[in-house]
Amino acid sequence: MAPPIARRSRPPPSLPQRARQPSRGGAGRWVPREVAAAGRPLRRGRAAERGAGRRGGARNTMAAATAAAAPGRGRRGAPMYSQKELTSKKRDEFEDILEERRLSSDLRYAMKCYTPVIYKGLSPCKPNAIKSAVLQSEQVQYVIKQLAKEMGESPDIIQEEAMEILDEMGHNMQLGAVRFFAFTLSKIFKQLFQRVCVNEEGMQRLQHAIQEHPVVLLPSHRSYIDFLMLSYLLYTYDLALPVIAAGIDFLGMKIVGELLRRAGAFFMRRSFGGNRLYWAVFAEYVKTMLRNGYAPVEFFLEGTRSRTAKTLTPKFGLLSIVMEPFFKREVFDTYLVPISISYERILEESLYAYELLGVPKPKESTSGLLKARRILSDNFGTIHIYIGQPVSLRTLASGRINRCPYNLVPRHLPQKPSEDIQEFVSDVAYKMELLQIENMVLSPWVLVAAVLLQNLPAMDFELLIEKTLWLKGLTQTFGGFIEWPDNLCAKKAIMSGLTLHSNIARLVDGHVVLNDKGVEDGGVGEVVFKHALAILTCATYRNQLLNVFVRPSLVAIALQMTRSFRKEEVYNYFSFLRDVFSDEFIFFPGISLKDFEEGCFLLTKCDAIQTNQQEIYPTNKGGVIVSFLSAMFTPFVEGYQLIFRYLSKEAKEAFTEKQFIPGVRNFVFQLLEKGNTQCYEALSSDMQKNALAALVLLGAVKKEKMSNGFTYNVNQEAVNKILDMFDARIPVQKPVAARL
Amino acid sequence: MITPVIMGLQSHLYVFLPLRQELLKWNGWGYNDSKFIFNKKGQAEFTGKRYRLGGMVLPTFKEWMEKTFGASLDHKTTSRATLNVNDVPPSIVKEEFLQDLRAAKISYSQDAEDRVFRAHGHCLHEIFILREGMFKRVPDIVVWPVCHEDVVKIVELACKHNLCIIPFGGGTSVSSALECPEEEKRTIVSLDTSQMNRILWIDEKNLTACVEAGIVGQDLENQLAESGFCTGHEPDSMEFSSLGGWVATRASGMKKTIYGNIEDMVIHIKMVTPRGIVEKNCQVPRMSTGPDIHHFIMGSEGTLGVVTEVTIKIRPVPEYQKYGSVVFPNFERGVACLREVAKQRCAPASIRLVDNAQFQFGKYVDLLRQISLSKGFNLLLFKGFDPNILCVATLLFEGDREKVLQHEKQVYDIATKFGGLAAGEDNGQRGYMLTFVIAYLRDLGLDYYVIGESFETSVPWDRVLDLCRNVKERIVRECKEKGVQFAPLSTCRVTQTYDAGACVYFYFAFNYRGISDPIHVYEQIERAAREEILANGGSLSHHHGVGKLRKRWMKESISDVGLGMLRSVKEYVDPNNIFGNKNLL
Repeated sequence: MAPPIARRSRPPPSLPQRARQPSRGGAGRWVPREVAAAGRPLRRGRAAERGAGRRGGARNTMAAATAAAAPGRGRRGAPMYSQKELTSKKRDEFEDILEERRLSSDLRYAMKCYTPVIYKGLSPCKPNAIKSAVLQSEQVQYVIKQLAKEMGESPDIIQEEAMEILDEMGHNMQLGAVRFFAFTLSKIFKQLFQRVCVNEEGMQRLQHAIQEHPVVLLPSHRSYIDFLMLSYLLYTYDLALPVIAAGIDFLGMKIVGELLRRAGAFFMRRSFGGNRLYWAVFAEYVKTMLRNGYAPVEFFLEGTRSRTAKTLTPKFGLLSIVMEPFFKREVFDTYLVPISISYERILEESLYAYELLGVPKPKESTSGLLKARRILSDNFGTIHIYIGQPVSLRTLASGRINRCPYNLVPRHLPQKPSEDIQEFVSDVAYKMELLQIENMVLSPWVLVAAVLLQNLPAMDFELLIEKTLWLKGLTQTFGGFIEWPDNLCAKKAIMSGLTLHSNIARLVDGHVVLNDKGVEDGGVGEVVFKHALAILTCATYRNQLLNVFVRPSLVAIALQMTRSFRKEEVYNYFSFLRDVFSDEFIFFPGISLKDFEEGCFLLTKCDAIQTNQQEIYPTNKGGVIVSFLSAMFTPFVEGYQLIFRYLSKEAKEAFTEKQFIPGVRNFVFQLLEKGNTQCYEALSSDMQKNALAALVLLGAVKKEKMSNGFTYNVNQEAVNKILDMFDARIPVQKPVAARL
Repeated sequence: MITPVIMGLQSHLYVFLPLRQELLKWNGWGYNDSKFIFNKKGQAEFTGKRYRLGGMVLPTFKEWMEKTFGASLDHKTTSRATLNVNDVPPSIVKEEFLQDLRAAKISYSQDAEDRVFRAHGHCLHEIFILREGMFKRVPDIVVWPVCHEDVVKIVELACKHNLCIIPFGGGTSVSSALECPEEEKRTIVSLDTSQMNRILWIDEKNLTACVEAGIVGQDLENQLAESGFCTGHEPDSMEFSSLGGWVATRASGMKKTIYGNIEDMVIHIKMVTPRGIVEKNCQVPRMSTGPDIHHFIMGSEGTLGVVTEVTIKIRPVPEYQKYGSVVFPNFERGVACLREVAKQRCAPASIRLVDNAQFQFGKYVDLLRQISLSKGFNLLLFKGFDPNILCVATLLFEGDREKVLQHEKQVYDIATKFGGLAAGEDNGQRGYMLTFVIAYLRDLGLDYYVIGESFETSVPWDRVLDLCRNVKERIVRECKEKGVQFAPLSTCRVTQTYDAGACVYFYFAFNYRGISDPIHVYEQIERAAREEILANGGSLSHHHGVGKLRKRWMKESISDVGLGMLRSVKEYVDPNNIFGNKNLL
């Protein structure tokens, strides 16, 4: 465990301490009222107070908690997604919350006076009261009656079933459990992490938002630590603890499941599409908590932990549930808060790599957790948590939602969202993920991993430093959010990265090599497996860069593949790639041209290309950048080609996902063994699934729902055609957007 | 001010027109002699003897103005004292038409004041223009038909000379319906129905009366009362608005629970259109002869023709009236109570629920004095009523004495179930009186940089609370965004109950000091509020109508096809757009 990094001493606090005045009813001057709402200073023990004065002027963001997105009408995409101001974006500074923990008693911290402000000064509601409100709600009662009628059962029996669902699902937040977690997590986090850094201004905006409207917290999901950490953080800052949508699998862990429940987790089954009662109870449960504003609702747009550290495409179910109260105007507005949590070293990194290679994920169990104790002796570096600007749903929706569907049906009836709404929900989901990506901190190690993976098997250390620094500049040009630890010199920063990630890479005779221990002995198969393991683990870090780089990189690849300078052709190929990779990377739906323009803009900005009306061509010095960018994505291009080839040649007529993954894995594995490919990443089940999904989207594979899950049918001709386009053997044919 | 018009010399008619505009303000609401002022001591006073509040001093009213709006007596704006005749657009009328008018013996005037008086309703922007500016377009001529036949002649002449007619009744429109379309190049004729104000006959056997459409609400009630009858139609504007206007806008009265809205009261309508006269062949309670043509007329807002005679249901004047009031711990409970009353179909002649902000206002203008000063207040405290949250319902019962008392008990029993506490007759009565006086308040506000307006909607029961909360909140937020310096007054009341929903009335006012274009800001906020209403499942209008103010939402409100249906009626009835006030469609 590295000692906490010493920091400068700080001047005394300067935040004005104002008591919160309840303001209700009668009107008055704006100013005092605003103070009443937002004037409560953020509390976080002594260190926070000491830190408060340090940055002086940066403190007046409190009032600016309103919408980030500009309202607008017109074509989809246009109002919601505007080209980011790429490098000029100003971001908040970070504070280390563990520093305070290392200085004062954890016990006292756990027993501190915890009185969070909540929405509209409501008094908190007992978990059981929420449950019975849900059970008695018109929404749930309606479904109960419907089902009773259809199944010829007595409503009481179904009501009981609903009660059981609620008991399985419901959180049972208790201050005692929260304090227990506050204490133990303090101990654990101090063991595991060097620093936990958070942007305090974000916390302040959040505090303001919580008092104004119901709040939905949307963190990225890379680790189990995510939600523990977030609740811990809110407790630390004396904000209302969120209720968190967790997978039902947690309930498999005996004591831990119950503990999480008491800390505010509620549990959802992984799939309940067909179960109307479950859906009704679940949706109403979430909405009740949100509508009444008892607590912020927290869930993961990605649905599950991303095993690759690449943002997963969003799931829409929960998001559409939390948006509904606003659509139906049961609440005035709802704040969506994107939160980016990035880990210098991910706790589950090796587990993930095994999983991607098909070694199954261990079931959540308490004993498993206890066994995992040994990681406590390990160092996992720094966590950065960036609380994004709360986004007003009302602002996002302005001018987009046709209100008719909601006005013409009683609000308690279950109603399938209109296409309009579905499209809107999807747009919002992507927008929030893009915001997460935008504010995701990138550590120097991420850059190292990206460079290293292009220079295997070994790379000269000095060259690595040089390339990493070069990549740092490029990343910043592209809007990446790099936190360089304490202004360390490049060499030291990279060395410290190597130390932290000694399981991935090491320094041997002035060269950096992948740490694939045990490759020397063992059969060919085992060598391939071990090597793949090392590469996938390393790729987990490079992956964090990809969504920042994807637009210019796809332009770069398109330039190389088409060997044409004609803008139109390059765009067609870009657009093709964007479609193919639509599940691999995060693109805002339907704005291919805008993405292309952004890619070109960024490439122009770093002098890699020049463009005019009709043409795009690389500059003399741009070749380096273009080839680096395209090499960064080569594993995906080659991997997809392998997978497509498997589907066009080897796959059976019809298959399930369970058959597909081992099939394609064996196929790639054999190629690797024979040395016919070097694309180890094609072994990743994540990539395999995404590639299959892409073909479904492109219409080359038919996906059908059967009783035992989904079945896939390959249209081999179509897959071949896509492969040909991929290899640029035949031009991509697509109607070109009018104003290219 | 012009004297009663003496018609041209060629005319042998010397008609003294008893012009209401003599009695009424030219640049504000209501009677000249009735208004709020601040006396030398800085205390508010209501002048005149027409209202019960007249002559009363309201010592705390100033405080309310200051507290609510941040207004100050030191910051005053003044309206111009009289109309500047030179600013008024000139009257352009062809001599041939004037000759024809004279031949037809129809009184008219081209006087500037007469024309400006009929160029507007009572929307805020209209009053603001009167005080500080001038309309771009006003009628070129005002005509005063005295009977149905006169109207027929005028419409014929308008067709002959291709003129534009804008019917004018009481002039109380709040939908920009009376505004002259700026781009109208034809001569605009304001057809003032005020001289058609007779009750033609009363049929006691069928309890109907045939009345000329120009009669004003209070005259109608007063004259019917002489025979022991009433219509029971009492819109807040009944002192000034006309029967024809009610029909043309689908009006609603405060006592609609007993007497119905205008569409329930009307038995027969006679309307003069460019195509001819439209009417039915009999005066029956109901008929099945295709879509009811009355429903093309009611709400047509002067776009199809002029309503000249209406047969309307009458009732014997009720034996007994009793006011009442109930205090509820909060607005939610109050709405729940009203909903239950509606469910049991036992709503009194009138039942209204005002929110806390209006309750506070009532306190300051001395309404609900008993609650605040007498032991009643202590009782409220004792019962745990928070004066900053509670709300008040006012009630009016009508009918046989015995039935009223019975009815009263039923309603109070329901109220008790919802935590309501009876708060006395006097408070109820003051509440209703305030309705008539509150309209005068805006003129006082205008003198002190405070502008405001009311608007209404109808909404299903289950959305009443959400709609009230969201619309009020939206107003507050919009004000803030638009740079309004003080939090606005944003308040509502539920004024009518129906089986399936309620009518909700909003008042909204703010201090506009520091804003360069207050009317524009005001209009943006009002529009946002209407958007909010529609998004919350409320209607475009419950009884104010669409006029030109709310036209933009008509398509959304009644669908493309619906709009087309209305358009095709207009096209058939008035192909040359003689009735070209551009309302509604």
